[in-house]
Amino acid sequence: MEETKIENKRQAQYNPAINFLKENMGILVALAVLCIVLMINPTTSRTFLTQKNIFNVLRQTSTNLYIACGMTMVIILAGIDLSVGSVIALSGCVAAGCVVHYNLPLWLAILAGIFVGFLVGLFNGAVIAKTTIPAFIVTLATMNIAKGFAYVYTGGAPVRVMTDEWQFIGGGYIGIFPVPVIILVIVLIITGIIMNKTMLGRHLYAVGGNPQAARFSGINVAKVNFIVYIFSGIMAGLAGVVLASRMYSGQPTSGEGAEMDAIAAVVVGGTSMAGGSGKLGGTIIGGLIIGVLNNGLNLMNVNSFWQYVVKGVVILLAVYVDFIRHRKSN
Amino acid sequence: MADKLLLSMKNINKSFPGVKALQSVNFELNSGEVHALLGENGAGKSTLIKVLGGIYIPDDGEIYIDGKKVDINGVRSAQKNGISIIHQELVLVPHMTVAENIFLGREPGKYFVNRKKMSADAQKLLDEYQMNISANTLVGNLTIAQQQMIEIIKAISYKSKIIVMDEPTSSISDNEVAKLFDIIRTLVKNNVGIIYISHKISELGEICDRVTVMRDGQTIGTKNIKDTTKDELIAMMVGRELTNYYTRDYNASDEVLLKCENISDGKMVNDISFELHKGEIIGFAGLVGAGRSETMKCIFGLTPGSKGRIYIRDKEIHIKSPNDAIKHGIAFVPEDRKLEGLYQVQSVRYNTTIEVLREFVKMLSVDYKKEKAITDEYIKKMSTKTPSQEQLIGNLSGGNQQKVLIGRWLATRPDVLILDEPTRGIDVGAKSEIYSIMNNLVKEGMSIIMISSELTEIINMSDRIYVMCDGSIRGCFRHEEVTQEKIMALATK
Repeated sequence: MEETKIENKRQAQYNPAINFLKENMGILVALAVLCIVLMINPTTSRTFLTQKNIFNVLRQTSTNLYIACGMTMVIILAGIDLSVGSVIALSGCVAAGCVVHYNLPLWLAILAGIFVGFLVGLFNGAVIAKTTIPAFIVTLATMNIAKGFAYVYTGGAPVRVMTDEWQFIGGGYIGIFPVPVIILVIVLIITGIIMNKTMLGRHLYAVGGNPQAARFSGINVAKVNFIVYIFSGIMAGLAGVVLASRMYSGQPTSGEGAEMDAIAAVVVGGTSMAGGSGKLGGTIIGGLIIGVLNNGLNLMNVNSFWQYVVKGVVILLAVYVDFIRHRKSN
Repeated sequence: MADKLLLSMKNINKSFPGVKALQSVNFELNSGEVHALLGENGAGKSTLIKVLGGIYIPDDGEIYIDGKKVDINGVRSAQKNGISIIHQELVLVPHMTVAENIFLGREPGKYFVNRKKMSADAQKLLDEYQMNISANTLVGNLTIAQQQMIEIIKAISYKSKIIVMDEPTSSISDNEVAKLFDIIRTLVKNNVGIIYISHKISELGEICDRVTVMRDGQTIGTKNIKDTTKDELIAMMVGRELTNYYTRDYNASDEVLLKCENISDGKMVNDISFELHKGEIIGFAGLVGAGRSETMKCIFGLTPGSKGRIYIRDKEIHIKSPNDAIKHGIAFVPEDRKLEGLYQVQSVRYNTTIEVLREFVKMLSVDYKKEKAITDEYIKKMSTKTPSQEQLIGNLSGGNQQKVLIGRWLATRPDVLILDEPTRGIDVGAKSEIYSIMNNLVKEGMSIIMISSELTEIINMSDRIYVMCDGSIRGCFRHEEVTQEKIMALATK
């Protein structure tokens, strides 16, 4: 076989920052262009770049990003978690119910909500790890089961919690920063550490990229699956609690379609559905693109139904551009 | 009966990057003849057949059928010219019925599939060959042997003039072999020409008229089956100059490091027992399907439910998973590096260090310097050619990919290194480097088990060679006494 010609001579010195820019060039440009358009457009130019609006965008995107962190790991594993939207609903309702029906202190209610996510993730992980049932089917089932439980528990009506204390997590501020954004930073740091600084993180890429080879390597494929789906569930539980807080109520209808937004963020961010590759940085940018896009359309008073169309087109474009770039470099 | 020239392949040349697969190959087939094609793995038989079947386009050469020159530029074109190939790997759809499989791609009916006719036609074929199977059975519910027979019937139903059978008896029982031979005799009466590829030399005498032997991409000779012997054929298959690109300058000790007793997995491994001395290289020779890789997978803990005892330095150890094996100092480089070893979308660095994360990933922090140092160490040790550690492993040549994979396992500092076909699909230069590395490793005290289908390689590199056939060890030869003929005699039935 011929020796491969030496490509990318400048890659002899590996610089993580430059590598990040190179890998995500497409979506970074997309995000930049989006922001520039919103800054120039007369309708939005005065409102977009204000501190209030920027933090608003971040606050609204943060819940999607919690789930997207979990979803990134799940998709790298060549799996999928369709249950996150329903977990949002169920965990929000349970947390609200703890305060309203059982008079539990706030911190306990929050933990209960997150624990709901943990339980669903545990179930998902156990079934996916121990059987050959595809993740799509398992999480499709739990999606319906969790949503059903949310309706059963609440009787279909929202569980209102009209206290300031409750609203703080989702709607409050610490200093100038919205609380969900602070939580987001913590979540990103934790996810980043898991993915980049632990053995589990390395094993994740191995199991997702070549499960056969991972077995040969002695990696515990079942354990990796288990942990990743639990993490996804916990993130969904967290998002559910934060959302319920902002809406002053636990609603069984909340989180509808949240799994799709999370998948969109991950995919736009460059993670392949085939598994084995993908980075958290890409997901963050992907989530921001979707968040800024939604924000821009709102500021321009575009009919909210069009937002669906635009979101779909953006996802297609982002993935297509990525496809072209990778085809060129092969 | 078998006199009229049906097929003539003249001067066929086919090269792949770095490998001359076919060199000026000539092959002839008469109508109503069963012509065997014999040769070691890598001799060029499969490539020649794929050229005939339209899967490869030759660089040079001509093909004549019934005296007329034909241009085979694809699989459909080959089929139109009356050529049908029965592959060694089954290509049936398990979720479809026998009838659907047989008529796949040519279902009767204009817009809607005429299921009744399809089923009836298929049943007629099955009954003609006394298969005792209903045409509506799901293929997935048949045994491997029955599936192989369905493949054969399917190929025959194309009414081809030329049928190639690639190892048709590899998975069928003696009953079915008899049936197959009956089918072949019927075809021969109808002037069909059959190219028969098989390693089972004793079988050839029963059914074949002539045999052509290939070696290193060339045809060595064609003989009438009646005029030749098994020994002569083997000599033609293996006669090769021993090249001098092997290194061997160490002495193995007498200390028994690894002892395996009665290893079996209930399927392809039957009661295997062998020993490995410290500082020794032992080879496992045999044909594809002999059970060598499966034996090593049992030892490495990849086969739950496998039986047997394993001793290291006379102490019995229990291996229930690859992790156990690794802990006991055993490393296993699998034979299919793409499927079972490499993480294609990851870097050389990732692929090198994935087994030894514990050495630089501690307490939520990664010592990148140490990781780079480890990667560097094994790039140097294996003389791997890569522009950087971050290079995607898929961009390296086959030889260098294999070096990274071996390096990965060397990083675990094993006492026993199992190499399954370590030089498969690798250019000559890299092969030589790997031999030299193996030599150095045993000089430094490692012990190596090497599975190889290349006779010269295994003869030159091994202190002792175990020959396996059909799941058991047929014999063991020492380096001084072994010859290629002796190995082939035990490896073939």
